[in-house]
Amino acid sequence: MSVGAPKIPVVVAEVVEVNDLIKRFRFVRRDGGAMPVFSGGAHVVVEMDDHGVRRMNPYSLMSHPADTMGYEISVRRDEAGRGGSLYMHRHVKPGMEMVLSQPVNLFPLDARAKKHLMIAGGIGITPFVAQMAQVEAMGGRFELHYSVRSPVLGAYVEHLKAHYGPRVHVYHDEHGEKIDLQTLLKSQPLGTHIYACGPKGMIAWVHATAKAMGWPDRAVHSEEFLAPPVGQAFEVQLAASGKSITVQPNQSLLEAIEAAGVEAPYLCRGGACGQCETNVLRCDGHIEHNDHWLTDEQKATNTKIMPCVSRFRGTALILDR
Amino acid sequence: MIKTVFEPAIPSRPTYGVLTPGVGSAHLFVADGEGADAVCDLFAQGEGLKASSHIIYIPGANGCDRSAALQALGVPQFHRSPSFAAAQSRLAKVLADAHMGLQVYAAGTEGLMAQVAAAAQHAGLPYEAVQMEHRGSLARRVQCVHCKGVTENVTLDPFVCSHCGLSLFVRDHFSRRLAAFQGVNIDAEDPGLVPASVERFK
Repeated sequence: MSVGAPKIPVVVAEVVEVNDLIKRFRFVRRDGGAMPVFSGGAHVVVEMDDHGVRRMNPYSLMSHPADTMGYEISVRRDEAGRGGSLYMHRHVKPGMEMVLSQPVNLFPLDARAKKHLMIAGGIGITPFVAQMAQVEAMGGRFELHYSVRSPVLGAYVEHLKAHYGPRVHVYHDEHGEKIDLQTLLKSQPLGTHIYACGPKGMIAWVHATAKAMGWPDRAVHSEEFLAPPVGQAFEVQLAASGKSITVQPNQSLLEAIEAAGVEAPYLCRGGACGQCETNVLRCDGHIEHNDHWLTDEQKATNTKIMPCVSRFRGTALILDR
Repeated sequence: MIKTVFEPAIPSRPTYGVLTPGVGSAHLFVADGEGADAVCDLFAQGEGLKASSHIIYIPGANGCDRSAALQALGVPQFHRSPSFAAAQSRLAKVLADAHMGLQVYAAGTEGLMAQVAAAAQHAGLPYEAVQMEHRGSLARRVQCVHCKGVTENVTLDPFVCSHCGLSLFVRDHFSRRLAAFQGVNIDAEDPGLVPASVERFK
């Protein structure tokens, strides 16, 4: 959560190996109290102290929204990533003390929808696990279409099928199975909303197909967290704080600002929410805009930057921070 | 083409565009009075939508009846209704049976467009998904905020509520849910002190 909001001190209650790539973590409050209630689609930012390096990664909550005694997340191991998921997989054990942000929902269900059509790819299943539990409790209509690489890597498939029956449809990439999106979208009753979560290409495919078939933009929702990309080191001047900092190759600009002791706003740390938007006072060079927040026109003017995921190449970058 | 220009007003006051052929599997048009011209103008741009269109038309309260022009478009379903109330059950049925991909267009008076948008929203479509084009009369559909009665085709301001008899000032404050502008008693503090009515909405 952003500057000033209280964080949640937790202890790791359980670590479950779901498959070769995915582990599930359950957190409970250190004081034994209740967690804040969340809505399906919400995420928390997990703070990690990775041997001196502070990592803060957003993960969708996948426990039942009515379960206030703990939060559960699933983490897919990313060997090529910056290390957050590897830290979670290798070092986080039951009994360990950690810190979570308050839950934030950038991917909520639209309560006006007559039906919720959920399209998941891989680890993108996690927000839907909580959303399905929520919709079922409210007596709502939904359908899940879930693509996984193989039966072995189909996290939670058996659990979801057993619980929700024919409302769950699973597709195995390995067997050449693919969602017939055209047919699926053609047959949806008026008032259906689409929710997509998964790889970038899948989300773009869902948006483009729905648009071409006359679905209103407001009825198509998606969420994709970006990991801050690695790149070359660069220098930044923080005008408001009077500091000059160096952003290391495997560090995000936001992390570098925080490491310099400057409080900066943030929520998702994945280029989606817009909270960390920062004014650029001077840019002699090229900003690598990696976010989903700024418009193409805004990106072209180089007057704003999203420090959670974006980087810089050039001679001088001065930020109003 | 007659394009209505509305004075800038408070944000709740709806604004309208020009109907353009949408992309979709089916096309539902609801128009009243001169709104028929907006539908005819759209079809004049091409015949692409013709085979999958359904038109519901209500002649205007001012007597404007363009049924013949709409019928001549030759769409598979054309329905002429004496009033919006009479068309409402048909509209609800069409929306209930429809699939995503349906494009909804409303043209004519503000009251008609607002009621079509409300019906579409009730069926689960986002408000922004309904295309609207104003044509014809500026007469307003107004809810009396005191007795909650709705008076159709209000042209005068202030006017007398057709339900409770209070003199009402017609505001630009608009309710999407009620599909109506709000009318507020103008002489609540000085009973009987009612300014002369002006024909503000022709």
